[in-house]
Amino acid sequence: MVISLKNGFAEAGNVTLFTARFFREVFKPPYELKEFIRQCYTIGYKSIPLVAITGFIMGLVLTIQSRPTLAEFGAESWLPGMVALSLIREIAPVITALICAGKISSGIGAELGSMKVTEQIDAMEVSAINPYKYLVVTRVMATTLMVPLLVVLADGVGILGGFAGINIHSDVTFYRYFSQVLSSLEFLDIVPATIKTFFFGFFIGLIGCYKGFTAANGTESVGKAANSAVVTASLAIFIIDMMAVQLTDLFF
Amino acid sequence: MIQTQTYTIKHTAAGSIKPVINIKGLHKSFENTQILKGVDLNVKKGENLVVLGKSGSGKSVLIKCLVGLVTADQGELKVFDTDITKLNNHQLNTIRIKIGFLFQNSALYDSMTVRDNLSFPLKRHSKKLTNKEVEDSIIEALESVGLKKAIDKMPSELSGGMRKRVGLARTLILRPEIILYDEPTTGLDTITSREISELILSIQKQYKTTSIIITHDMACAKLTGDRLVILKDGVMVAEGSYEALEKSNDSWVRSFFI
Repeated sequence: MVISLKNGFAEAGNVTLFTARFFREVFKPPYELKEFIRQCYTIGYKSIPLVAITGFIMGLVLTIQSRPTLAEFGAESWLPGMVALSLIREIAPVITALICAGKISSGIGAELGSMKVTEQIDAMEVSAINPYKYLVVTRVMATTLMVPLLVVLADGVGILGGFAGINIHSDVTFYRYFSQVLSSLEFLDIVPATIKTFFFGFFIGLIGCYKGFTAANGTESVGKAANSAVVTASLAIFIIDMMAVQLTDLFF
Repeated sequence: MIQTQTYTIKHTAAGSIKPVINIKGLHKSFENTQILKGVDLNVKKGENLVVLGKSGSGKSVLIKCLVGLVTADQGELKVFDTDITKLNNHQLNTIRIKIGFLFQNSALYDSMTVRDNLSFPLKRHSKKLTNKEVEDSIIEALESVGLKKAIDKMPSELSGGMRKRVGLARTLILRPEIILYDEPTTGLDTITSREISELILSIQKQYKTTSIIITHDMACAKLTGDRLVILKDGVMVAEGSYEALEKSNDSWVRSFFI
């Protein structure tokens, strides 16, 4: 009990130091721009199909599932607005972030974990290259910028999915559907939901990197790093979401 | 306290030359296990020093301390007359550029081709080089390990011996003055092991490097070592030439040569 508590505090301390190091290194030259762009491509561009498909399905399913309840109140005309609001405020950011935790965080954890185990990180260090800057800063920056873009994509595709869902039972033109969606959205629906996605992205990258970078020596630890990166990142997403929603509720 | 036994050294010419590596009373422990218990070691310029010892005797820890991958608990670690235990990260990096390190499993960057593996350290430390100069240096380093044809291959396409050679080319590209070899022939067949040992010798001649070679392979030790030291339980127990240690009075020391 005491040992696990001690380990817990030690882990929290290590994560804090690891995060602090990110802020120390991120502004200091030299900048690894090429690697950052490569990571943006791998993390952002390569996740587009997955995020688009899940985004479309989210919109479609949400519309189909909500229709009967709204129909009971004779409020079917609210469907586009309600779907758009749910998607933009909550569902698209959280589901996309969870998908990214599964795809990106585990990928980073496994990649850096295997680099650590096969001494590639040590090899960088002995050739006087800062592995933290090359591996961690670039990846965390890439996830912080790419996850919000993927969420915006999921928002858009999700709304299209909603349009497909509505047209299963009724006949609504795309123009009418879209103008209803836009009229129901306000500035305050979009901005706080977008801000929180930067935090999602930051933690997805940071947790993946931390788990990989601190993997113990041995191939078993690579699997553990990947697995624990997904679990921790997913949990972090829910915690950040809860805090973001409460802060938004408090201030707006 | 185990007394270090010294034997006649093969290359006595190195005796008058100033040491480039000077280790005094090096201690290191991990959690409750003490790995190094006061190692004293000098390596002279241009010398090939072989470190022998059983697995777990602290050989790898010793050379990792020299490049700051492992922080020593106690003792003096002088490389080029600078105590590396007292340096900050930036100062340590200036020393690290002069030291090449060949890892046991070569530690090639999996996601990069052989060319990128070699250009990765070079481009970061020699920013003024043109692309042509970088390419020429890569080809020169690969030619000196006899692997020019593998330039566009990925590490996963290379055999164990080829990986070692590429790893060596990657350390050579920064023109180090010292090269530390961590078990360079482990996991290789006898013929490839011999080729790697011969390569170590030819690198020493071509680049005038000083080397510490950690090995279990006695054929490699015989071929490459100007001087051998044996570590036992974290201290140095014997030192001398291959021939001298082979005829040692100590049966434990002799057991390495059977």
